Amino acid sequence: MSAPSAVRTASASGGRRTKSKSWLATVPLLAFVALIFGVPLVIILGGTFKRDGAFSAANITESVQGAYLTAMIGSVKLSALVAVVGALLGTFLAQAVVTSRFRLLREAVLTASGVLSNFGGIPLAFAWIATLGNSGVITKALGLDSAGWSLYNFWGLALVYLYFSIPLMVVVVVPALDGLRQQWREAAQNNGANTWQYWRHVGIPVLTPTLLGGVVLLFGGAFAAYATAAAMVGGTVPLVTLQIANALSGNVLIGHENVALALSLDMIIIAGLVMAVYLPLQRRSARWLR
Amino acid sequence: MNGAKVELRGLRRNFSGTAALDGLDLTIESGELIALLGPSGCGKTTALRCVAGFEQPDEGTVLVDGKDITRVPANKRDAGMVFQSYSLFPNLNIRDNVAFGLRVRKVPAAKRHARAQELLELIGLPHIGGRFPHQLSGGQQQRVALARALALEPRVLLLDEPLSALDAKVRVSLREEIRRLQLSLGITTIFVTHDQEEALSMADRVAVLRAGRLEQVADPATLYDRPATPFVAEFVGTMNRVPGRIDGNQVAVLGQTLPVDGDLPGTPDVDVLIRPEAVRLTPDAEAEGMVLVSSFRGSTAQLRVQLGDIEVLADVPGHDSVRLAPGTRVRIELVERPVLVSASSGATAASAKTPVPEHDVV
Repeated sequence: MSAPSAVRTASASGGRRTKSKSWLATVPLLAFVALIFGVPLVIILGGTFKRDGAFSAANITESVQGAYLTAMIGSVKLSALVAVVGALLGTFLAQAVVTSRFRLLREAVLTASGVLSNFGGIPLAFAWIATLGNSGVITKALGLDSAGWSLYNFWGLALVYLYFSIPLMVVVVVPALDGLRQQWREAAQNNGANTWQYWRHVGIPVLTPTLLGGVVLLFGGAFAAYATAAAMVGGTVPLVTLQIANALSGNVLIGHENVALALSLDMIIIAGLVMAVYLPLQRRSARWLR
Repeated sequence: MNGAKVELRGLRRNFSGTAALDGLDLTIESGELIALLGPSGCGKTTALRCVAGFEQPDEGTVLVDGKDITRVPANKRDAGMVFQSYSLFPNLNIRDNVAFGLRVRKVPAAKRHARAQELLELIGLPHIGGRFPHQLSGGQQQRVALARALALEPRVLLLDEPLSALDAKVRVSLREEIRRLQLSLGITTIFVTHDQEEALSMADRVAVLRAGRLEQVADPATLYDRPATPFVAEFVGTMNRVPGRIDGNQVAVLGQTLPVDGDLPGTPDVDVLIRPEAVRLTPDAEAEGMVLVSSFRGSTAQLRVQLGDIEVLADVPGHDSVRLAPGTRVRIELVERPVLVSASSGATAASAKTPVPEHDVV
């Protein structure tokens, strides 16, 4: 009887040893996170509550008033629109591709989605300006300018943001759609369910955690985007990222750098609020996974 | 609940040029459990899916109690199905899985939960209603899938290799349970399997399929003892192919003369099909045969015996394996009874060296 107990002891102490040292592996990651999140956060917090060398809430107060408030609302509206529309269209596109019998189409769409979901900044703005801007190829060819078309407004910006958001949603949701087993659909049919009942009771609930994650991801991507908007609309569409840039560069008023930090803090709070809504929803929708 | 009579008439189904079903005719009587047995690609699953409504035959009809249901959509058919595995809805707990069909039919919650509980008791798992599928073992999941398939009291039960993903012990206990339930409910059942033991042990009748056609349908004992064709003989159970020579209505094989069962091929040189249990071995130092390998299986042992340039498999009682250890010289004798013969497969000696169907190699 001594042999098994010896084995047990050895494996137990082995387990403890592994556990006690395992945290060391996370040190590089923690150091990295501390550097790229921690340091900026400290600077933001420090700067936000300081004006003219003294502790003050003036920056925060100013950041939620007037043009800054308008910009914040504009950013939230744009991001929410892009997130919801992008998630919907991306999911339908992904489902079309996943159920397609043409393997080549699937490969092509997935590759294109991988590339386009990373397309952003000045090159993206330029591509759109050259095609659908005031003197864009398609604008001129179809005479859209005389019909009152303009890319340089809220809706134009939403269109451009969707250009990378829809592919991002495709990339996110395709694995989840692939994970829907044919047997579930057939078992549902076998139990008398029609297509809609299958989606309502099985398909959509199984996908919900992924869909919610996709919406949040798209929201975050649109909320934080700066270069595309800066190159396309400059100051004509109020967005918080553009306001931060203006305040930092002293474009409108000098000495407002700390308002930029306050606006950054506001963005963090908005992101936190989004997560506060998302996480319980996600947990609820994924309770069958635990 | 009483079972329906199911008739498959002239079913044909092509998949990109390959015929999965090639004019399949089969009648399943009310309350009967029939096993569709065959190698992969023989069309057994396609036939089952035609009954479930997941496949449309290119030609032919499916009749249930004389009513043509060939074009009836899957969700309007009166048949419960159990899939190979992983078919429980992962987002619903066990109770809701079992009650799914009732929910779709808008049965009030209290009533459908009571019915689900009743079914969970029937399958011997009354306490798992609140769990999710991933918290159950494979065997439990398949029991729940069975309960779900029975929830709407269908008149036909379709089982698509429901035990193939389970380990051996669970497989045996679950097949006994399925049979017990099937008999007590009297539900007509079509059971697809590639496992001959499963088919022989559970079914009232076994239908052996080959290349989309019915090869033979018979009760298990007949199928095993009097296979209609060499294919059935070799697919069901293990079979030796030993070279022999036709002489009138008899065949000379291994120094004995045995009556021939079934059709005689055109050529005098034939392969004689002999079951391992019809081969008797006696230790004899002067004999030509020699035991090469012995696989002990408990109550029996299967011996591989070298005889000249052929090999013969013999099943002997387990306790005989000691005196018939590898290296022992043995005399071979065949049980006197009619044997099946098939046209010699050319290089007789070579073919006789692999007398066991591939799936049964030890």
